[in-house]
Amino acid sequence: MRLHIKGGRVVDPASARDAVGDVYAADGKIAEEFSRADRVIDAKGLVVAPGFIDLSARLREPGYEYKATLESEMDAAVAGGVTSLACPPDTDPPLDEPGLVDMLRRRAKALSRARVYPLGALTVKLRGEALTEMAELGEAGCVAFSQGNVPLRDTQLLWRALQYAATFGYPVWLRAEDAWLAKDGVSHDGEVATRLGLAGIPSFAETIALGAILELVRATRARVHVCRLSTAGAVEMMRHAKQEGLPVSCDVAIHHLHLCDMDLGYFDSCCRLEPPLRSQRDRDALARGLAEGAVDCLCSDHTPVDEDGKQLPFAEAEPGATGLELLLPLTLKWGAAHKLPLAVTLARMTSDPARILGVATGRIVTGAPADLAIFDPGAAVRVTAGSLKSQGKNTPFLGYELAGRVHYTVVAGNVVYEG
Amino acid sequence: MQRNPQLNANGELQHLLSIEGLPREVLVQILDTAESFVGVTEREVKKVPLLRGKSVFNLFFEPSTRTRTTFEIAAKRLSADVINLNIALSSQTKGESLLDTVANLSAMQADIFVVRHNSSGAPYLIARNVKPHEHVVNAGDGRHAHPTQGLLDLYTIRHYKKEFTRLTVAIVGDILHSRVARSLIHGLTTLGAPEVRVIGPQTLLPSGVEALGVRVFHDMRAGLKDCDVIVMLRLQNERMDGTLLPSAQEFFKHYGLTGAKLSLAKPDVIVMHPGPMNRGVEIDSTVADGPHAVILPQVTFGIAVRMAVMSIVAGN
Repeated sequence: MRLHIKGGRVVDPASARDAVGDVYAADGKIAEEFSRADRVIDAKGLVVAPGFIDLSARLREPGYEYKATLESEMDAAVAGGVTSLACPPDTDPPLDEPGLVDMLRRRAKALSRARVYPLGALTVKLRGEALTEMAELGEAGCVAFSQGNVPLRDTQLLWRALQYAATFGYPVWLRAEDAWLAKDGVSHDGEVATRLGLAGIPSFAETIALGAILELVRATRARVHVCRLSTAGAVEMMRHAKQEGLPVSCDVAIHHLHLCDMDLGYFDSCCRLEPPLRSQRDRDALARGLAEGAVDCLCSDHTPVDEDGKQLPFAEAEPGATGLELLLPLTLKWGAAHKLPLAVTLARMTSDPARILGVATGRIVTGAPADLAIFDPGAAVRVTAGSLKSQGKNTPFLGYELAGRVHYTVVAGNVVYEG
Repeated sequence: MQRNPQLNANGELQHLLSIEGLPREVLVQILDTAESFVGVTEREVKKVPLLRGKSVFNLFFEPSTRTRTTFEIAAKRLSADVINLNIALSSQTKGESLLDTVANLSAMQADIFVVRHNSSGAPYLIARNVKPHEHVVNAGDGRHAHPTQGLLDLYTIRHYKKEFTRLTVAIVGDILHSRVARSLIHGLTTLGAPEVRVIGPQTLLPSGVEALGVRVFHDMRAGLKDCDVIVMLRLQNERMDGTLLPSAQEFFKHYGLTGAKLSLAKPDVIVMHPGPMNRGVEIDSTVADGPHAVILPQVTFGIAVRMAVMSIVAGN
């Protein structure tokens, strides 16, 4: 397939390029100019950017096919311009055996839509008791190791896990949450939780755990990516850790960038998320930290939940929200609020996550994999259950009108989505 | 923010889910209506025909004797048909979802659902899913709200103190887990009580409770000084597992209401308790049975208040 994308506004954050021009792809890679294309896409008035890279998207396979399937969620990914995604290991069974990882990768590949990067389980069955065979899992295609949202209470085991991962050079992706302090909690411990009578998770559940993680990084020099920060305190700690030169990075989910505990309203179970939505101050610190680089990138934290899982009283509702198709509009909304150049805004979902994943995508340069998202940044999209391709229709943004509509998604030089 | 789900498009009470967010006029309307029903409960024929032909479903997902009984009596005095469902023992254990249970009962022509649930916000979920002519009355949800209890507390205070605008009210004990405390605090601040105090150890006070408009005291003696009203909360046995309090004895020593502590309040102070009482844990028997206690009148007023709430929502 020889693809010629003509006359679009080409934005490549990695090279700070932002100019109208043409992009060519041949043999799955970005190519120099050629004539005789198999297909020409007229991108006039559209932005041509590297395909988006989402560091946290649950595809729900294996084990939770009633919530979502690989097919439905891969459709959602490419409809959102997402060309690469990392999926957490908290499936059923968890991704703790090479066979499971291999099957997931082959199933994903057969669908030939987005690239899937599985995160292997850090501990067997995610039980936090024994290390997995990381080297075996790495050979099967795991790019890093993680507990997903499952707590690892045993700090000694966490220490050993970081030592072991560092031995083989594998990054470890962790959420910072003290399991004891978070016990039974379903919302940010503060005025809103007090008013609604919901059990709270204090902010220091995150900062205490992050303090422990950073100390262990100092001791082991393991490469750690901290997933889905939720507090202002954690942003500050990450800023200092980076200044100190620790091998750490972090992300924030789109929900925590735009929402806070006030959005729970009258017990809106779509706002039941992990970590919980926190205060306005936290939200603003996360958004600023992302603009200033203390937070490296953002993710959709895509977690499709079926209707039955959400039509429950708040505390009993299953946590999570659909997000793959909202990643672009919510990133643009954040960038606009902070008056950032489009290239800087898009970096947080292209070149920055590519660096964390250690992949060659996320840039438009000759020879790089031809993964592209072609979108209209101004076109308004109304978020409705019907407009979402994901099987998960649960999002706090239902009913919102957001700007940013994907027209084409290209993976390895093939057009995998046309909207 | 969404529209307050308990008010209809005309701002009238469609459901009673929480006292928070209800305008002063609605609270006064309920209290005035309750006053007119107090007479009924003292008559020989204790019935009015306001809800004749209507069905009230008592949906209790959590055990309760007192609240369920007073709702039942209130509905019967309004001439409604009452159906009691103790869900804790039936369909929930068979795995039926909350909304399926409600849909089934709705098909049996319910007019009012009186709901108690151990999860905060459950009545909101039900209210969002019932038919337009159906009404939901929250009879206690998790730690969130117990609005009819709050209203009967307000009624009792108004009965004895006539007005709210000069009162100092102290609420003592386990504020953290108390839906009664939350509902009463909202009611008192809406009706203009100038000082509402909460008294308890830090482990039993929720974060940021000051934002509800209360003053926090950890020293009960300081907190009771010059109070007009003292509300003692029940200390649930399950709070005594050692993680929040070391022992009932130590709690009683610091936060139990004794005659000596009571003497720090105003001479005409009234003592309330939502029941059931733990004598010797949060309240001394001499106080519970003493001249300042209005704990039994609270129960009587509770029937009139619940009659008022059900007749008002059914009429809107």
